[in-house]
Amino acid sequence: MGEDLKDLIIDYVKREYLEEDAEEEINENTPLISSGIVDSFSMVSLKTFLEKKFNIKIPDDKATPDAFDTVNNMLNLLKEFNVT
Amino acid sequence: MAYSAKAKEFYTAELTGIQQAGTYKEERFIESPQDANIKVEFPSGSPPKEVLNFCANNYLGLSSYPDVVAAAHEGLKNRGYGMSSVRFICGTQDIHKELEKKLTEFLKTEDTILFPSCMDANAGVFDVVLSKEDAMISDRLVHASIVDGMRLCKAQLYNYKHSNMEHLEEKLKETQECRFRMIITDGVFSMDGDIAKLDEICDLAGKYDAMVLVDDSHATGFMGKNGRGTHEHCNVLGRIDIITTTLGKALGGASGGCVSGRREIVELCRQRARPYLFSNTVPPVIVAAASKVLDIISKTTDRRDKLEQNTNYFREKMTAAGFDIREGVHPIVPIMLYNAKLAQDMARDLYNEGIYVIGFSFPVVPKGQARIRVQISAAHEKVHLDKAIAAFTKIGEKYKILGKKKNEIIEMYGL
Repeated sequence: MGEDLKDLIIDYVKREYLEEDAEEEINENTPLISSGIVDSFSMVSLKTFLEKKFNIKIPDDKATPDAFDTVNNMLNLLKEFNVT
Repeated sequence: MAYSAKAKEFYTAELTGIQQAGTYKEERFIESPQDANIKVEFPSGSPPKEVLNFCANNYLGLSSYPDVVAAAHEGLKNRGYGMSSVRFICGTQDIHKELEKKLTEFLKTEDTILFPSCMDANAGVFDVVLSKEDAMISDRLVHASIVDGMRLCKAQLYNYKHSNMEHLEEKLKETQECRFRMIITDGVFSMDGDIAKLDEICDLAGKYDAMVLVDDSHATGFMGKNGRGTHEHCNVLGRIDIITTTLGKALGGASGGCVSGRREIVELCRQRARPYLFSNTVPPVIVAAASKVLDIISKTTDRRDKLEQNTNYFREKMTAAGFDIREGVHPIVPIMLYNAKLAQDMARDLYNEGIYVIGFSFPVVPKGQARIRVQISAAHEKVHLDKAIAAFTKIGEKYKILGKKKNEIIEMYGL
């Protein structure tokens, strides 16, 4: 599911955070939070999306800005919940 | 000593980090009352300099208006300085109830409760009306005090792209199973001066059975024909369930805020809102002066009309001069410069020309959207506006940005 999972999250990030006419390209290594594409307040959408999609509960101590900074970081976070 | 060397070292490093990041906030000392003309000591230790103030929230020019100051004196004389109590023990005077009634009448709502600030109103209201089975659906650019208030509340948090009604509708669909939903927005967004689409928001709220909360701090007193706020401007009087707003901007500019809206919600705030229950009552001197402000703006729209004329004049002349300004009708006028250093340099040069404005850059605004934010006031006379426009034009010529579009400015100065 690796590639599919990656694409699924990238697709969500684009829909959720970019405007339709945005020129930014998002890949698995694009910094999202540290670059300002996603601010710390808007990050909650990512957490909710992952929790609902994979039926998991990400505790606050794991829901750090760093854990959501790139799609790769999110994939690593999901591994902890056996989502791969 | 509990304040260890380790702790001292840690906090010192934090402060150094803030300075290195360029986000250290330095206070400028004003040695005069708040007004269009002020005396400022900056840098610290310099002789006071007379400048024109274009960065205050003194929209109606009432901060030092003689009638308001006189009402404050009367309040001090007749009701004393402090109440030494929260509201529900022995901190409620007749003038507190009068002011709440005047605010309710002015905002055209059902009831109003005063808070020590709008920050406190926003910190308290969400936790009172929503719980874990409910959803808060907020615009992404709401004020920090709303973000903090929502974080103190157990309801599920959702947010939508700034002023994007399709995205808001998606979130409303996504949260259909929740008991109550509340759409949360600023009436006017403080960095761009743009106005929430309250008519569309209210329509969506009706369609999906959601409540609406608006923080109208940058609108109460002057937006709309009678100055009631964004809800009047957008023709949705009576359709907003909760308005939070401040006495600290157009309404005299001292401090204090309120929650105004549905009767039951306001009453529940009196019973349960923690910043209300555990903070001292708003001081009588502020209540008396704010009450006078409500009398003035309920009687005549002269001040909001003058503010509107000043705003239109400034926006037209600055556009004609070749500045890239965010279009709109609000007295917040963002002069777009995109590059953070350019914004800082121009603000400094303008100060030297006697125009006090502030440059804003990331993280206060998104990266690559640095600007100087100008705030127009009814206290400004045409001569003040002309002086500011002339100074902006002189400095704009110096940096060769007049007539330049976004891409050209970015090409010259980078992001």
